[in-house]
Amino acid sequence: MSELTAMTLAEARDAIKAKKISSRELTGAFVKAIEAARPLNAFITEAGEQALAMADASDKRIAAGKTGALEGLPLAIKDLFCTKGTRTTAASKILGNFVPPYESTVTQNLWDAGAVMLGKTNLDEFAMGSSNETSAFGPVFNPWRARNSNANLVPGGSSGGSSAAVAADLCLAATGTDTGGSIRQPAAVTGRVGLKPTYGRCSRFGIVAFASSLDQAGPMTKTVRDAAIMLGTMASVDAKDSTSVDLAVPDYEKLLEGGIKGLRVGIPKEYRIDGAPAEIDALWSKGADWLKAQGAEIVEVSLPHTKYALPTYYIVAPAEASSNLARYDGVKFGYRAKGARDITDLYEKSRGEGFGAEVQRRILIGTYVLSAGYYDAYYSRAQKLRSLIKRDFEQAFEKCDVLLTPTTPGPAFGVGAKTADPVEMYLQDVFTVTVNLAGLPGISVPAGLTENGLPLGLQLIGKAFDEATLLRAALAVETAADFKHSPAKWWSV
Amino acid sequence: MSVDKDTVRRIAKLARLAVPENRLEPMAGELNGIFQWVEMLGEVNVEGVPAMTSVVAQKLKWREDKVSDGGQADALLANAPEGEDHFFVVPKVVE
Repeated sequence: MSELTAMTLAEARDAIKAKKISSRELTGAFVKAIEAARPLNAFITEAGEQALAMADASDKRIAAGKTGALEGLPLAIKDLFCTKGTRTTAASKILGNFVPPYESTVTQNLWDAGAVMLGKTNLDEFAMGSSNETSAFGPVFNPWRARNSNANLVPGGSSGGSSAAVAADLCLAATGTDTGGSIRQPAAVTGRVGLKPTYGRCSRFGIVAFASSLDQAGPMTKTVRDAAIMLGTMASVDAKDSTSVDLAVPDYEKLLEGGIKGLRVGIPKEYRIDGAPAEIDALWSKGADWLKAQGAEIVEVSLPHTKYALPTYYIVAPAEASSNLARYDGVKFGYRAKGARDITDLYEKSRGEGFGAEVQRRILIGTYVLSAGYYDAYYSRAQKLRSLIKRDFEQAFEKCDVLLTPTTPGPAFGVGAKTADPVEMYLQDVFTVTVNLAGLPGISVPAGLTENGLPLGLQLIGKAFDEATLLRAALAVETAADFKHSPAKWWSV
Repeated sequence: MSVDKDTVRRIAKLARLAVPENRLEPMAGELNGIFQWVEMLGEVNVEGVPAMTSVVAQKLKWREDKVSDGGQADALLANAPEGEDHFFVVPKVVE
């Protein structure tokens, strides 16, 4: 059955369309693979039975000739998307038993297109983390291990369950969300593709909110083509999200064709950071050469406020989080502490017991920067910095069509290696966070292996709502990199 | 700017977050580490720079002011830790 799970989304779609396989067969293979991969802890909730029922329903539609764009294709869903009748936890104790009575718009779009849900994937609690280690349901292990090593590595975060599931062939593709790098960084360190669309391209309705001005859903896939296919269905104009932008969704897959002749690719000089491994720089230069060889023009550009992006993010995101997470009070839904004396005690205890350490830390940062006397010094200043960071990109895009950068400052690291110092963990997002602050689309494409055999990604950044050009450039990187590696299946029992 | 134990206690109260007494000091240390790093924003001249209000240029959408959904009391109560006859139950609020 391994051939079935190793297929790309596009291959599986074509095989189902040609009636070479049924959705039932395909789904069954993934359900088995998921059970065998429990040591990875990629899923918080497995939905095997439900998946097979969805597959049967899909096969009936196929027989009747009524098929959608993702008909019969099994997907994994980050456990931050509300799924009607299926527990949605945000990897937090405070939502540990939450069963949404409604469906997120993105997942509804997927089911309307005929897709099958395999289960809900693990993540950092409330998507706050870069290693999937803050989950209340335990860490996820990266399917990749360094050459000649049995040490467990992190799968990146926050969409670490999704990245592990895609890399380990536990689904055809997965959904992720990206607030500071949470799709692109985990995709990079697991050797797969991760796309964060422009802010407003995918509806945020029904996604558990972290930082509303930065959060955006996107696909995590095996190939660039698969990302284009997924985005075509995930994206929509949605009346339920006031920030969903009124722009028709193009056929991204069709727009992949055409090549990159004459495309201007910007190389931002500020992304060369001290202490980054030489392998990262070398891969970056190689990426530029690949694009040049296919007819692109390489131009050096400057994004002068780059180094202020992460500190800006660590004011804006916690501020929004502290406000968004105020709703978890133990009253209407979620965890409620026992033995509270009065209502205030109930709030404080439920939140103190229900939220994990990293979430508490960010709530406190956010509360502090928004509190009387500090608002101007922190929050207001950060919002101005955000304007400057966005302006940097606007000026750079006068000279180029896409930007090429590394995705991460290094490959996957060991479980527990960066948990002691929060700032060190935050630095994982140094190359990705600028994109969220400016609302732009970004994609990570697997581009090579380190000397130790661990995957590294290259990031492309596009103009707002120009995912089509971004994907075309990503396809060019993918073609040249010819990354065909997969992790050894050490977890299979 | 330095955050001390009393500041942590005060913001924890504002955030309605029970932080145990023995966690206040370590938390102050962690927050200080983060705030010291954030201090670098102070070196940027932001005079005359507008604060960002929306990351993509768009007008907020308008819709007709009418009820589009409702009558979902059971669904609303389905996840309540404690409920009774379509009411959320909480400890005594007023003495």
